[in-house]
Amino acid sequence: MKKALVPAAFAACCVPLLWFAVQAATSGLGANPVEELLNDLGYTAFVLLALTLACTPLQTVAGWNWPIRIRKLLGDFCFFYACLHMLTYVVIDQGLDFKAVATDVLKHKFIFLGMATWLLLLPLAVTSTRGWQRRLGFRRWKRLHRLVYLVGGLASFHFLLRFKTPRVETIAWMGVICVLLLVRAVAAVRRRAGMVQSP
Amino acid sequence: MRWSEVTPRSLYVRRREFLKLGAGSALALSLPAFARAKVEHGPKLAGVTANPNYALAEEKKNSFEDITTYNNFYELGSDKSDPSENAGKLQTRPWTVSVEGEVGKPRKWDIEEILKSFPIEERVYRLRCVEAWSMVIPWDGFPLADFLKKHDPTSRAKYVAFESAVQPQMPGVKGYAGIPFPYLEGLRIDEAMHPLSLLVVGLYGEALPNQDGAPIRLVVPWKYGFKSAKSIVKIRLQESQPPTTWNQYGGGAEYGFYANVNPDVDHPRWSQARERRIGELLRRKTLMFNGYSEVASLYAGLDLRKFY
Repeated sequence: MKKALVPAAFAACCVPLLWFAVQAATSGLGANPVEELLNDLGYTAFVLLALTLACTPLQTVAGWNWPIRIRKLLGDFCFFYACLHMLTYVVIDQGLDFKAVATDVLKHKFIFLGMATWLLLLPLAVTSTRGWQRRLGFRRWKRLHRLVYLVGGLASFHFLLRFKTPRVETIAWMGVICVLLLVRAVAAVRRRAGMVQSP
Repeated sequence: MRWSEVTPRSLYVRRREFLKLGAGSALALSLPAFARAKVEHGPKLAGVTANPNYALAEEKKNSFEDITTYNNFYELGSDKSDPSENAGKLQTRPWTVSVEGEVGKPRKWDIEEILKSFPIEERVYRLRCVEAWSMVIPWDGFPLADFLKKHDPTSRAKYVAFESAVQPQMPGVKGYAGIPFPYLEGLRIDEAMHPLSLLVVGLYGEALPNQDGAPIRLVVPWKYGFKSAKSIVKIRLQESQPPTTWNQYGGGAEYGFYANVNPDVDHPRWSQARERRIGELLRRKTLMFNGYSEVASLYAGLDLRKFY
């Protein structure tokens, strides 16, 4: 059972990709498949980001240790889908028109936030290995990986701006990210106050 | 441990429900519709003649399926696939359109009278959505000018306001949709009287599908699609510029009153320089006034960057 956790999580993370492939092949992506694919990939990346951010609070609050064992995997898959999302935007949506992409990024905060989110994920994905953890030293590595909190905030705003009007579901997701960050903040304050031993 | 620290069972059970609900909706949200809503065809319209001046032969028309499954119609839901899935929630009979305000002959029309009173022609128009996608659509309708002239507009009729239907069973009008209802649109009188402005009652020679704004809608092809109000119940001629939904919403931040298709004026969140024609992979250049340069004279002397 314990051994199956990581492979099972890996398989689950592959399901959206297979699903989108089947849909693309059966014109299930609708009249505007590029837009649909962009939305689906971005949404998948966002959900994986939320799941990644949920691992530590689950340990803090529920005392579960198993989510920590798949945290790296979830984070890596979040980056994987974020890459596909970004590449779909640059390659298909913008047709590799780099001038248009640059203008878009600089002029529109919706696109800027999306690109900033991806750029911040990049160093986290690169240094997500044990080797990099050792090379940086755990303290510095940990400090670097706190960037993921910022990623959570930026991604939420990017998601919010996707729609003409703020939607209930995007606001709900912002709430989820807020709660996950808040749990950490409370735990940090309590740790500092010496009420709870650091795990 | 004290009893007060124990989570009450009711809350505990609800927590489970909440988690289940969360997981369920996350799953539902991540599963885009596998198959598109089945396309339903309406009755054929009688006596439609194609207007050769608006045949747009150089453009490839979008399929009936594209035009009827990819819609923006917030009253029927805010996702592109919602309007076709909820099309049955719009009741199109009985239907009246009232014309009021600065007119010599105000009138309440029954939709059947309208259909009998105006010769219906087919016109193929480009439609450019503010969201940077576009289609080519064969509409069936008649000039808005012909309709308005029947009511003898007075000299004080400077603007025309359009109001769309709100019916309590429409899923989008219940609760929070982000915009207020009824949906309001408006044109300047010279824009409304322009021969391109059309009142539409059909599509591909068939009665207009509900998701496309049945039974009667506006089509103004040189403006972004949201200007072309759907399912119209009221047309009011007036002296002052009417408030419009997307202009009013967010303190006018979303879009201006004119909303002419203009590749040089960006949307707050994206560029309008290019668009994706539905059915094509790569974007094409957006044309000024959506390619309808004959309307340019309406805006002589108007700064289109300011009045966008």
